[in-house]
Amino acid sequence: MSWITKTFTSSIGRKVIVAITGLFLCTFLVVHLVGNLQLFKDDGGAAFNIYSHFMGTNPVIRTLEWVLLLGFGFHIYESYTLAVRNRAARAVGYVDSRPSENSPWYSRSMALLGTLILIFLLVHMYNFFYRARFGDLDPDINNNDDLYTLVYTSFKQWWYVLLYVAAQAALCYHLIHGFRSGFQTLGLNHRKYTPIIRVIGYVFAIVVCAGFASMPLYFYFFK
Amino acid sequence: MAGNNPNAKPMNLTLKVWRQRNRNSEGKIVEYQVKDISPEMSFLEMLDVLNEDLLHKGDEPVAFDHDCREGICGSCDLFINGRAHGPEKGTTTCQLHMRKFSDGDTITIEPWRANAFPVNRDLSVDRSAFDRIIQAGGYVSVNTGGVPDGNEIPIPKNIADQAFEAATCISCGACVAACKNASAMLFVSAKISQLALLPQGQVERKTRVENMVAQMDKEGFGACTNIGQCAAECPVGISLENIALMNREFINAKATSNNLA
Repeated sequence: MSWITKTFTSSIGRKVIVAITGLFLCTFLVVHLVGNLQLFKDDGGAAFNIYSHFMGTNPVIRTLEWVLLLGFGFHIYESYTLAVRNRAARAVGYVDSRPSENSPWYSRSMALLGTLILIFLLVHMYNFFYRARFGDLDPDINNNDDLYTLVYTSFKQWWYVLLYVAAQAALCYHLIHGFRSGFQTLGLNHRKYTPIIRVIGYVFAIVVCAGFASMPLYFYFFK
Repeated sequence: MAGNNPNAKPMNLTLKVWRQRNRNSEGKIVEYQVKDISPEMSFLEMLDVLNEDLLHKGDEPVAFDHDCREGICGSCDLFINGRAHGPEKGTTTCQLHMRKFSDGDTITIEPWRANAFPVNRDLSVDRSAFDRIIQAGGYVSVNTGGVPDGNEIPIPKNIADQAFEAATCISCGACVAACKNASAMLFVSAKISQLALLPQGQVERKTRVENMVAQMDKEGFGACTNIGQCAAECPVGISLENIALMNREFINAKATSNNLA
C-alpha cells in the first residue's frame, strides 16, 4: 500500500473523510433550504418553478450535482465502513451496560439516524428529483415544468407529511452531533471556539430541520 | 469487619460476577452473596472478602487485576453496574468505596470488553495491546549524558501544564471499556499529546503519531465517533482536546512527513 491508501484506510483517515464530506453536506442543506423557500411565495408556484428550472439546467449547478453525489457517496461509504469496524471491535458485549449515564443517545446512534436519513433520501429523490429530471411534468404558465403542483399534491397526503417531518427529526439529531463532531475530527478543538461551535451546531440543526419540516406542514394545513 | 465509623452499618450484597476459566473457554455470570460488608471498604476489599469466602468453601477465587490500590497504577479494571470503574465519576475501582452502594444491592461485575483486550481469566484482561502501541512510538529517544541543569530547556507554564495533564493517563483502559466502539483514541491521544507538546518530543513527532495510530488500528480497536463516553468515564479526566490534537498531528504528519511507506 502506498502512503496515500494507508492514510485514507486508517481509522483517522476515514474519519477525516466523513468529517469533510459531512460539513460539505451541511452547506448543501443551506442552499437547498434557501432555494426551497420559493415554495412559500404565493404566486401559484411560478417562482418555485423558475428556480427548479434553473437548478435543473444551469451547467454550474449540474456539475456541482456530481460533486454533491460524490459527497454523499463518500460520507455514506466511509461511515458504513467505520461502523462495521467499530461494531466488530467488541465481539462479546456487556451483560449490564448503562451508556445513557455517560452520553446522549443520538451521539451513539449516528449510524441508525444516518440510515433513516438515507431511506428518506431515496424516497425523496424518487418523488421529486427523478420526476423533475426524467418524468413528464406538465408545463406551468411560464412554460416551465410544474414541479410546484407535484409538491402541492404530495404534501396533501398525510403519510407523506408524516414521513417528511419524522425524517427532519432524525436529521436534526444527526446534525446536532455531526456538526460539532466534524470540527473535532478535523482537529479544530479550542477552548475558546469549541463551545461556540457547539451552540452554532444546535442552532444550525434546529433552524435547518424546522425550515424543511415547515414546508410539508404549510402545504398540508394552510394551502 | 467494622470500620472506624461506629455508625457505618454493614451491608449484605448480591454479586453477579463474570467467571471464565481461560481465554478459550466460555464464560458466564455467577451469583454470589457477600455479608457484613463495611461501607468504608473499597470495592477491591469487598472482592477480597468474597475471595476469602470462596477459598474457605474450596472454590476458585475470582481473578481480578489490582496493584497499588491508591488510584495510581491503573490495574483495577472492572466494569461495575454497566460503568467503567463503577458509578462514581473520576475514580478508579480501588478508590470506589462501598458507601456508594446500599444494603441489599445487586452489583454486576464484568471485565473490560474489547477484542483487543482478551479475557485472561474471570475479570482479568490482557491489556498488552496498549504496551505495543507505546512501543510503536510513545517514547523519546535521547542520547543520555550528564543531568541537565534545571530550566535549561524553556517550556511555557501553560504548555507544561497541558502536557502534564495528558501525562496523568494511567493506561487503565476505561476509555476503551466505556466506548461504544471500543476505541483507544483517548489513551493513544494522551500518549501522543504529552510528547508532542514538549521540545523533547519534536524529533520523532511525525513518525510517532503515524506509527502509534497504525499500531492502534492493527490491534483491532474501533474508531472514535466523538461521543465522549471515554472522557466521561476517565478516572483522571483526560479531555477530548487530546483526540483533536492527535488528529491534527496525524493529518500534519501524513501530509508533510518524509515517510513514503
